[in-house]
Amino acid sequence: MMWVRNPRDLLAGLLFVAFGGAALVISQAYEIGAASRMGPGYFPRMLGVLLVVLGAVLALRGLWPSSQAQPRWHLRPLLVILAGVASFTIAAPRLGLVVAGFLLVCISSAASPEFRWKEALLSGAIQGLAAVAVFIYGLRIPLPVWPVLLAGGQ
Amino acid sequence: MELLDNLALGLGVAFTPINLIYAFVGVLVGTLIGVLPGIGPVATIAMLLPTTYGLPPVTALIMLAGIYYGASFGGSTTAILVNLPGEMSSVITVLDGHQMARQGRAGPALCIAALGSFLAGSVATLLIAAFAPPLAEIALKFDAAEYFSLMVLGLVSAVAMAGGSVLKAVLMTILGLLLGAVGMDVNSGASRFTFGMSELIDGIGFVAITMGLFAFAEIAINLEQRGHHNLLAQRISGLWIKWAEFKQALPAVLRGTALGSMLGILPGGGATLSAFAAYALEKKVAKDPTRFGKGAIEGVAGPESANNAGAQTSFIPMLTLGLPSNAVMALMVGAMIIHDIQPGPQVMTRNPDLFWGLIASMWIGNLFLVVLNLPLIGIWVKLLSVPYRLLFPLILLACAIGAFSTSNNMFDVWVAIVFGVLGYVFIKLGCEPAPLLLGYILGPLLEENLRRALVLSRGDFTVFLTRPISLVMLLIAAGLLLLIAAPIIRKQRAIVFAEEK
Repeated sequence: MMWVRNPRDLLAGLLFVAFGGAALVISQAYEIGAASRMGPGYFPRMLGVLLVVLGAVLALRGLWPSSQAQPRWHLRPLLVILAGVASFTIAAPRLGLVVAGFLLVCISSAASPEFRWKEALLSGAIQGLAAVAVFIYGLRIPLPVWPVLLAGGQ
Repeated sequence: MELLDNLALGLGVAFTPINLIYAFVGVLVGTLIGVLPGIGPVATIAMLLPTTYGLPPVTALIMLAGIYYGASFGGSTTAILVNLPGEMSSVITVLDGHQMARQGRAGPALCIAALGSFLAGSVATLLIAAFAPPLAEIALKFDAAEYFSLMVLGLVSAVAMAGGSVLKAVLMTILGLLLGAVGMDVNSGASRFTFGMSELIDGIGFVAITMGLFAFAEIAINLEQRGHHNLLAQRISGLWIKWAEFKQALPAVLRGTALGSMLGILPGGGATLSAFAAYALEKKVAKDPTRFGKGAIEGVAGPESANNAGAQTSFIPMLTLGLPSNAVMALMVGAMIIHDIQPGPQVMTRNPDLFWGLIASMWIGNLFLVVLNLPLIGIWVKLLSVPYRLLFPLILLACAIGAFSTSNNMFDVWVAIVFGVLGYVFIKLGCEPAPLLLGYILGPLLEENLRRALVLSRGDFTVFLTRPISLVMLLIAAGLLLLIAAPIIRKQRAIVFAEEK
């Protein structure tokens, strides 16, 4: 890959081409109609073509040298915080908001370089309870407070 | 006078207890997140939007608007005191504001920032009241072709004003338009890009998209870059400003107000652009430009007035044409749709209480801000000592619950997670997420008007060129694209945006 001078633009371009290509393939199933009577497939296909063509231009520009700084990827913080949110999503309907909030805060706290165990556990517990106070009692969000089994199936 | 009648109607709406309370809550939250770096108005408004479902629409919009201009107000506090801009719109205030603080002139700097913002906000409020009705009048005569061209112009100028690569911004806009097409097509009833998921029939939830792109991805980026910053504990003595300093700053306040009001109306404009332009202007007109960067009070007064004026006048295209000029306005349009109000020129005639109430509340909100910011400044500065490692999990939790509560379905939280990953990748690849959000909000309207225009013209695409208003708008759009593609401008633009970073 020595001839790629600007992998950032190349990657971005390919990403847009992929989105456009996917849109074109999927929208084959939708009726295209005519300009005077557009079907549901007309507009998406227009956008798909634009994405593929302009994305390809961007990708090709990646072959030219550029002075732009290339990004460094540190996936850990992103993955850790999203794992925290995902754990909330899975836990909340069954284990209730207290447990789910606790999990989210504890897990996502680990994304910070200044992570401390005890502090995360404590703030997780406080924030889990605070979330209940604000969202369940204040705004009446329909989620269980405690694990469903303990609360007798409610 | 009609203007006064309308303002009186607005004040009547804004002065009801519930609206006063929510205007206060809005500017309070806005100041809070303005002070705190790492969370911006876009993510906050998306986060709090679900909590407004039970409120009357005008109250909801009053609060959300308060968050936006409150943030541009609060961002200046930290810029001046701790050399840390709380918001993009106060990045430029750091230059002279913090220098003033180091010379022991923090009081006058904060004071002129607050007074300048208040004056600018008041003028901008009057401007909205004066210019919105005639603009809406014109827009009411628009047909589908004009609307289509107007939206194209709006999207193109948003691209032109965005930082970074023009091509990438165009691509992000188109991708946003495509995402807007997800869900059931209203004309044919066909489901598009739903992959058999019933949750997608109504389209991708825009709160979820915004949270993914603007909260999750931002937090991940912040966590990577986070170094330790030292807080410069400043003792602020003498908050008031001397008459001589005020006289020196007043012309800058007026120039900033005028410039900010103009730039705010432009699509793609708003608080940030106005602040940068005002600083450049102050440097140009100064007798001794070398004072700038060393604590010139005009360097605080100009940009701070401009960013508040710009934040407010950017409501003009949103309220009169239904055309959002930046990501925050895109959210406001989304909020209106959620509250069953179709944005566009008819808002003023169909919901006059909402329109004028919102405008009047901005003036009241600005008054609240002066009170909140000057005497209570110590509290805001103390807030900065809350470490980010305790703050970001709280933001994540509020986002997760917020996304859930838009439809009481965990599906939206998963959508937010997916857009968190996408947003991170886009930022890393140098693609700003704001144009995507604009495209996403305008997508369905753009398609609808394109279809209608072509039905009326029996499939003849020249309809966009033969109708004079439509032609003019498309010509301006094309001109803008050519202009930013021209090498000289491109270089200039690169310099402007390099200064920003």
